[in-house]
Amino acid sequence: MIIRTLFFASYKDIAGSDALDIELPEGALVSDLVSQLRACGDCWNDLPASPVAAVNREYSPLSTSLAHGDEVAFIPPVSGG
Amino acid sequence: MQSLQCSITDAIIDPAAVLAGTSSDNDGAVVLFLGVVRDHNDDRAVSHLEYEAYTAMAEAELRKVGQEARDRFDVGTVRIVHRIGRLEIGEVSVAISVASPHRAAAYESSRYIIEELKKRVPIWKREGYLEGERVWLAGGTK
Repeated sequence: MIIRTLFFASYKDIAGSDALDIELPEGALVSDLVSQLRACGDCWNDLPASPVAAVNREYSPLSTSLAHGDEVAFIPPVSGG
Repeated sequence: MQSLQCSITDAIIDPAAVLAGTSSDNDGAVVLFLGVVRDHNDDRAVSHLEYEAYTAMAEAELRKVGQEARDRFDVGTVRIVHRIGRLEIGEVSVAISVASPHRAAAYESSRYIIEELKKRVPIWKREGYLEGERVWLAGGTK
């Protein structure tokens, strides 16, 4: 399945992109997506092991299971206002 | 008509436009909060700010915050506008307008909204310093 993965602010600098389509096995969790990204090496190690995530624009735990077409965003500490 | 209006914009925020029409005949108080770009942070001279948002989620999260304010306090219309893009010193980054029959609820709900916004709404600011460096800020400032 393909997961649309979004990066913002400092995480966008790590990813070198604001959006990537990542292929994951069926039944994968958000935490599996994190592990797969961090295993890419280089600056991907700078992505926290337990980042705050949103699935389909709702804050979601890393234990959330994903489905094809889901949109996952990794949310660096926010600083609006 | 009481309403809840929340938006992310890349256009200059006009405080008078945010304020206009907030109060109804039922209201005795309106509070307008403006966040503005200041020229320093932690003793460093700031030249400008760049804001970025996860716009679709930020607007949804702003609506949740605004609805919570309406559930907790006796307020009528709530309007929240947050700007993104490059902002110069003195420009408005966020405007919050709330109306209430009474001043206490107007002040408290306004404060609630800005504090929750800084904790939860997916918006980020990067400071540009006079000496040229640019740094993403992590976490809410005071």
